Amino acid sequence: MTAVKDTQDVYLSSFTEREKDFAAGPAWLNEVRRAAIHRFADLGFPTTRHEEWKYTSVEPIARVVFQPSPRDSAVTDTGALRRSCYFDLDCSRLVFVNGHFNRELSSLESLPKEVHAGSLAEALAGGAPVLEQHLGRYADFQDRAFVALNTALLEDGAFIEIPKGLVLEKPIYLLFVSTAPSGGQASVSFPRNLILAGRESQATFIEGYIALDEAPTFRTLGGGLPSPAQHASPSGPDGTYFTNAVTEIVAGENAVVDHGKLQQEGASAFHVATVQIQQERASTVSTRTFTFGGALVREDLNIVLAGEGANTSLNGLYVTFDRQHVDHHTTIDHAQAHCDSRELYKGVLDDHSSAVFNGRVIVRKDAQKTDSKQSNKNLLLSEDAVINTKPQLEIFADDVKCTHGATIGQVDQEAIFYLRSRGIGRDEARSLLTYAFANEIIDRVKHAPLRDRLREALFVRLGRGLRRKEA
Amino acid sequence: MLKIKNLQASTNGKSILRGIDLEVKAGEVHAIMGPNGSGKSTLAQVLAGRDIYAVTSGEVTYDGQNLLDMSPEDRARAGIFLAFQYPVEIPGVSNMYFLRAALNQVRKHRGLDDLDAMDFLALVRQKMKLLDMDETLMNRSVNEGFSGGEKKRNEIFQMAVLEPRLAVLDETDSGLDIDALKDVANGVNSLRSKERAIIVVTHYQRLLHYIVPDFVHVLYSGRIVKSGGKELALELEEKGYGWLEDTVEAGVGRSAGL
Repeated sequence: MTAVKDTQDVYLSSFTEREKDFAAGPAWLNEVRRAAIHRFADLGFPTTRHEEWKYTSVEPIARVVFQPSPRDSAVTDTGALRRSCYFDLDCSRLVFVNGHFNRELSSLESLPKEVHAGSLAEALAGGAPVLEQHLGRYADFQDRAFVALNTALLEDGAFIEIPKGLVLEKPIYLLFVSTAPSGGQASVSFPRNLILAGRESQATFIEGYIALDEAPTFRTLGGGLPSPAQHASPSGPDGTYFTNAVTEIVAGENAVVDHGKLQQEGASAFHVATVQIQQERASTVSTRTFTFGGALVREDLNIVLAGEGANTSLNGLYVTFDRQHVDHHTTIDHAQAHCDSRELYKGVLDDHSSAVFNGRVIVRKDAQKTDSKQSNKNLLLSEDAVINTKPQLEIFADDVKCTHGATIGQVDQEAIFYLRSRGIGRDEARSLLTYAFANEIIDRVKHAPLRDRLREALFVRLGRGLRRKEA
Repeated sequence: MLKIKNLQASTNGKSILRGIDLEVKAGEVHAIMGPNGSGKSTLAQVLAGRDIYAVTSGEVTYDGQNLLDMSPEDRARAGIFLAFQYPVEIPGVSNMYFLRAALNQVRKHRGLDDLDAMDFLALVRQKMKLLDMDETLMNRSVNEGFSGGEKKRNEIFQMAVLEPRLAVLDETDSGLDIDALKDVANGVNSLRSKERAIIVVTHYQRLLHYIVPDFVHVLYSGRIVKSGGKELALELEEKGYGWLEDTVEAGVGRSAGL
């Protein structure tokens, strides 16, 4: 085992080594990188003594010496990727393999010319001035070690700019694929995305993080209840890797932005990510976060309602098995008046898995007439599963409506009996009720192909749990 | 079809059914009446296989099979249907999906193929009409946000679709206005046949104007204390349940050898 302090040094020396490469990039960025690495050096990895990390120990991440993923990362088996149910979502698609843009697997033909969508690395090399104005300006790294690390070491990701007034019909899909590490060498990638949705524009963005060998292959959706036998899926590789991602989104005045995130990393993977969203006046943002994969996962979603009359809705679903640990921290910062926020996160936990939901809502002094509703509901399928759920309201204005609530429960036995009394078997009844509980979130996904694949993924995951119980 | 012998059941250590004897033959309609707490609903739930009740003694056979050994789903597949007193709300599961899954399970048991979507829809429409139900209810979650009357109609509607051999109606009439009561009775009567039996559990005689029983049994304190024809229901309506107390207490005393 490597000591935590040593691995921190590894990141620091890795930064020093790579400064030469970085030097070719824009000077402003190098300044940001240096500030970020210094901040990371000061902060170190968070421990459970840190209030924001109370229930999530990142020691497993901090103890591994990860190698940067090689630049020439390529998918050896593109067929397998193309067969993955998450590959073709009827979207414009930007594919990144182990953090690096892969043009061949991407598909941008149907994008209108006015839209810029491509590799952030290429945009940086091209010296796009808009980047300096926005990149790293929203995802604050002062108190966030993982954001600092990503900012210091960022290489590639998506840079998307939707011009004023443009309505994009098809979503843009940012697909981050991790291949099973060869030779047992654990690697780390630092995906970094910047999305600028101009004033009065409308667009949907989907971020997908998948391990090639974990993603179920697409099967035609059939009727009928989820049956375990139908959903044979390959067991994951025993490969550990680490994804440390940061996405910054700016929704301009009156813009309408949908953001979906699908996380289906490998069973041994670590995934720590921050999505930071800045909402201007009267903008509307919907986020849908689906957390299925990974051994240790931390998702931070921070929304700043920076202009009056902005609306935001946050929905999340996590489904955990084995010894998975997933932690969702959301922050909605009501900085201005007349903003609405609606939040519903649901969790299904089985086996020895554990989850954290921390929903923070800040209502600033000027944010009068704020209307905020938050709810977190959890279904525990096993006596060994653990959920820590915590709403956190900080209200400094006096004319606001804020509600929050959390529930933790088991599958309703009366409902099980009702279904059985109509001829539906016990396991199917249990599976159906669990599915129905989780499906409420999937139903809120507007893009039909994504909705279908998510249902599929849910079938697979619930089927897998059921299968193990029978064994 | 159904033979119940000395059935005793309890929940949380509290004895509720204290020796029920009842035989129901195909083609018959039996009404079980009795005051609150007499064990009517417990009997209905025990027949459907609810596991919060422990059967402590006695036997129940259905078509010669030991019913008590069967799981709730196997009972349903074999043709037993319980119309719940309090139908359960199941958010996120559509009525349509639920009923089709249930019907196909029952059909499978009867050696029939799954009903395809078109035939299923036709069947659903026909049965909904019978109960004067709003078709949009099919696309809503099972019982979620349904009014009391809609829930009860939905129970009988499910019954009409599943076509059970033995239907047990647990206080299906309580809380219904007269129109809903007539619709429900209409649904039940449409199922009456030589091959089927129906047990109507009710507190009130009102429903029995519309579903006329062949036999009426009075349940009191976990036992059937009086059986008779349909006129017994009228007698109960007139006298209420109070008069039972004296006669029954005396009867219990006798059978206990006091």
